[in-house]
Amino acid sequence: MTAKPLLEVNGLHVRFPLRSGLMQRVTGAVHAVSGVDFAIPRGEAYGLVGESGCGKTTVARAVLQLVRPSSGIIRFDGENLTAMSPAQLAPFRRRVQAIFQDPFSSLNPRMTAGDILAEPIRVHRLVPPREIAERVGHLLDLCGLPRRFVELYPHEMSGGQRQRVGIARALAMEPDLIVCDEAVSALDVSVQAQIINLLADLRRELGLTYLFIGHDLSVVRHLCDQVAVMYLGRVMERAPSEPLFATPAHPYTRALLDAVPDPDPEHEAGREVEPLQGEVPSPSAPPPGCVFHPRCPVAIARCKQDEPALAPVGPERKAACWLAEPKPRRDTSIKKQEVIQ
Amino acid sequence: MKDAVIVTLLKVEHLAVDLVRDGQRYGLVRDVSLEVPAGGTLAVVGESGSGKSLTALAVMGLLPSELSISSGTITFDGRELPDLSARQLRELRGGDIAMIFQEPMTSLNPVLTVGRQLTEGMRLKLGLTRGEARARAIDLLSEVGIAEPERRLKEYPHQFSGGMRQRVMIAIAMSCNPKLILADEPTTALDVTIQAQILTLLSRLCKNHDVGLVLITHNLGIVARHADRVSVMYGGRVVEEGLARAAFAAPAHPYTVGLLNSVPRLDLPRDRALTPIDGQPPDPMEIVHGCRFHPRCAWATEKCAQEIPPLAPHRNTAVACWHPVAPTVAAQ
Repeated sequence: MTAKPLLEVNGLHVRFPLRSGLMQRVTGAVHAVSGVDFAIPRGEAYGLVGESGCGKTTVARAVLQLVRPSSGIIRFDGENLTAMSPAQLAPFRRRVQAIFQDPFSSLNPRMTAGDILAEPIRVHRLVPPREIAERVGHLLDLCGLPRRFVELYPHEMSGGQRQRVGIARALAMEPDLIVCDEAVSALDVSVQAQIINLLADLRRELGLTYLFIGHDLSVVRHLCDQVAVMYLGRVMERAPSEPLFATPAHPYTRALLDAVPDPDPEHEAGREVEPLQGEVPSPSAPPPGCVFHPRCPVAIARCKQDEPALAPVGPERKAACWLAEPKPRRDTSIKKQEVIQ
Repeated sequence: MKDAVIVTLLKVEHLAVDLVRDGQRYGLVRDVSLEVPAGGTLAVVGESGSGKSLTALAVMGLLPSELSISSGTITFDGRELPDLSARQLRELRGGDIAMIFQEPMTSLNPVLTVGRQLTEGMRLKLGLTRGEARARAIDLLSEVGIAEPERRLKEYPHQFSGGMRQRVMIAIAMSCNPKLILADEPTTALDVTIQAQILTLLSRLCKNHDVGLVLITHNLGIVARHADRVSVMYGGRVVEEGLARAAFAAPAHPYTVGLLNSVPRLDLPRDRALTPIDGQPPDPMEIVHGCRFHPRCAWATEKCAQEIPPLAPHRNTAVACWHPVAPTVAAQ
């Protein structure tokens, strides 16, 4: 990568204190994010995937400056956000916008779509007052909503239409980076595809950069150029989408991909999938060694003691595993591989 | 195991469910027919408002008071369900027919121990003593993969994770030797690896104990992995029905084709374009003439806006469409 990345996250840690007892003394900490690094080149879409509790949303909130990192650096367009005062941060808040999962709770029910879109434009004085209406109309056009929607309240819209208003509101600020936190997860299948396509088109047309948080691997693969797979606050594997999904190198990535059933009964009938055992441990008491070892189907003695660091496993690819090795997704069972060889 | 002879366990014919509100009658489920063979798995697929959950509630006799079955028959194991008295229905529910809901936190009672909730049905329906029920509860919990069952019986639902709660729900459903389990989006609230665990467990238990399974879902991958047959619902009607293999290999209803073309897939090239279905899912309270899908359908004609297409055999599935999609078009 030659160009300077738009967003750079280095050694990010976020700890939440655990309090208990009458005096609410700090008795421990939930280590939600432990040492996450990644960088997003301008104009790219970067995916963060993982199961609930893996820290992906906390990373997003840290990037949005909604939680304070315990340590680490978040650089946006070359500037270190973590070192800034609230006043210094103000201009950056406009340039980094968010789209959330549930458009019903993230839109004010007492405001019309027109008001929702006009407010940030007015507050940030993005255009002169008499041009605001035209600007709002343009945002609705961009997001595929008819202009009559300026008069509608969120409850008068369907889920997909509300999400379009949520996207238009993010675009109203003319941001460089949009953090999409499970932005299509709550939508029906037929509508989800509309919003996925809208997000892809907007990125191309407006040159936007996305940090896309999701748990649906097929959606993340479709939308993102690069992906980081998180587990218990750490990045397990990081790679461009194409190789990551074709030849996962980390056993956790492989297990995640195995867990997703493909909509093809013929293929599924021939697929022997042994689901990953156990559940995600509590982030307040992570296991020693590799945090994934208690659930890992291939763990060896070393995994219980030494935590592996992210190490290169191919061009632009890194994985945190002592046994990391890119293998085709289909031939995950050892039996099948022997047959092929 | 009886093979060769396929016994129909559940048969729903021409079911209609109406909502009556402010003197107006709205048809939320229309002309729905389903069939579950003993020990087989039927998936009912649809988006929100398609009527898939209402169909399950109607079978269980659990429709909210505003709703009622206005026509159709539901036959379970040779008995007409709507004819049964409230008492007979109560005996059936949790006995021969069990149900698993989406949100295990709201379907378990937070103030009773898991053991109490697990043994209640067995004591009531199977007439087991306290000790017998407890022994069977321990077996059931270990069968659904819960470690240290004796200790966990004494715990409350909040002490279980989401996946573990859903395992408890499966144990409760299996506790009275059901013939049929209705599972309404049983894994929608769970992470992918837990979803795979739970569905594999549920499928395996149903196969081993010869229990019929109705799996209500919006996830086409789950249908492909776990179901023998599939019914695709849209706007309160079944629009396509058949063997899952046939319906996925050569879908004939434009909605089924549209659904398959609109999901991103890990087994196809990354740059494959998604073709969404235009428009929004229908509002169940809105009256649409003709085929409910016609306002969103690319193939719709004048006829589609006037006449409701009946579900009729076409190629390898049954389809409710005046202009079924040719296999070559569907493959695109």
